[in-house]
Amino acid sequence: MRREKIISAVLATVAMSGIAGLSLITAYIFKEGLPIILRVGAGKFLLSSTWAPSEGKFGIFSMIVGSLAVTAGAMVIGVVFGLGVAIVLTQFCPRRLAAALKPAIELLAGIPSVVYGFMGVVILVPLIRDHLGGPGLSVLAASIVLGIMVLPTVTSISVDALRAVPRSYSEGSIALGATGWQTTHMVILRAARSGILAAFILGMGRAVGETMAVIMVAGNTAQVPRSILDPVRTLTSNIALEMGYAAGDHRSALFATGVTLFVIIMILNTIAMTVSRRRGQKAGRK
Amino acid sequence: MRLWLVTLIAAMALVCCGCKNRGAVNVVGSTSVQPFAEMLAQEFAKKEPGVRIDVQGGGSTAGIQALAEGIADIGMCSRSLERDEAARYKAIIVARDGLAVVVHPSNPLGNLTREQLRQVFSGRIANWKAVGGKDARIHVVTREEGSGTREAFTKLVMKDEGIAASALVQESNGAVKELVRTDPGAVGYMSLGLAGDLKCLSIDGVAPSGETVISGQYPLVRPFLFVVKGTCRPEAQRFIDFVLSPPGQKLLESEGLVRAQ
Repeated sequence: MRREKIISAVLATVAMSGIAGLSLITAYIFKEGLPIILRVGAGKFLLSSTWAPSEGKFGIFSMIVGSLAVTAGAMVIGVVFGLGVAIVLTQFCPRRLAAALKPAIELLAGIPSVVYGFMGVVILVPLIRDHLGGPGLSVLAASIVLGIMVLPTVTSISVDALRAVPRSYSEGSIALGATGWQTTHMVILRAARSGILAAFILGMGRAVGETMAVIMVAGNTAQVPRSILDPVRTLTSNIALEMGYAAGDHRSALFATGVTLFVIIMILNTIAMTVSRRRGQKAGRK
Repeated sequence: MRLWLVTLIAAMALVCCGCKNRGAVNVVGSTSVQPFAEMLAQEFAKKEPGVRIDVQGGGSTAGIQALAEGIADIGMCSRSLERDEAARYKAIIVARDGLAVVVHPSNPLGNLTREQLRQVFSGRIANWKAVGGKDARIHVVTREEGSGTREAFTKLVMKDEGIAASALVQESNGAVKELVRTDPGAVGYMSLGLAGDLKCLSIDGVAPSGETVISGQYPLVRPFLFVVKGTCRPEAQRFIDFVLSPPGQKLLESEGLVRAQ
């Protein structure tokens, strides 16, 4: 009995220390980052795109645009391929083949991001430069690399969502004379909609947060990109690029970049949680 | 249960001893100096196997920060010290380094004046044709804010002008090299000793080489510094002495740098 109490106390401490760690990080980022946002002015900090720390100019608009552009591009690629693969795996693929393919795609998640970045620099960037023009390091290159990186997240969560659709739905649809494809896109995809949305948002969180691979292929130019062939700097790469050197206001401005990123990711996570909770309630009602 | 506790405490004690044991001489800083320092450390280890030298990159400013915090014994710096830094630390010139302006080997251009170089890097000249090359866009490659190489280049070439915001930013010499090696339109800058198979442009008609750097004809030259606090540990001092000794200097010279004196 006493033993049990001790174990539960230990587990509780461990759990609390996790939460304490999170709140500590949050408090620290905000403590370091907020003062400079207030001093420069939130509007100016977020909406100016002149980033020249040595001249005391801190505007991260180009990087917010950069992060959003790269993420949007990654999601187009990640969702088209991820959802496509998920549909094939659950609807049109022999069960045994699917059992082999799904782990193979999930294996992609285990490759370190620096490897993706390196492949991007060595293979993808020259391809883009030679065939599409521009410097090669670009929104497009970063989007493709990130798109492949979010593939496992999007695929495996979408597969789970599609598998969770009751069998009676597709049986009913086919009994009414619908073809396999009609059943898939009119019945199953609709029924799994909220799960697919959650997959999309979790993938997006991963894409926004990725750093290493992006630094290597994006070109890191602190300018608002005008086309997908222009180089771009994201919020995460801004922090990683300059953290080693920064001191004083520059350092605070990097923390403020972190605050911005934190808020963006919090918004995404909140949406994801609300969506999946709604899905849970629906399932409960049945 | 008790055995576990004892093991745990013993392990922690060991780890703590590990932190306190400052046997190794930590050399931290500029990624431009790093490869040379690593080589010198290897050579030094052959002479004095008892002293371990740990060389780490991070950048010039990071090296000086590490020195200030007591993490590093020696900071590596690839630019001159700022005034407040010079007041607090002692800088030892270990070598001089030519800053090479590098382009793709297929680039037909051979020479740029310093004025042209400034216009290219400030973004006012955007096509190779304007400086006598072929008709193609110039892809300017620069280093990140805070890099010693960037600061040296800014000081030597740019004067009051900033490097164009549209320039590609790469976070190490290796990344600049990889990019210039593969992009026919790229132009970047890096330590002459690291340029390897890239094509180095002549500046104001002078080709960069050991001779032109030491004679002062080549205009883009910067010091490589070891930065220390007033007094340093004897092991660190022995390493510095080795670097400044004739065999150490000779080693640096064989790698494309120019001796300190």
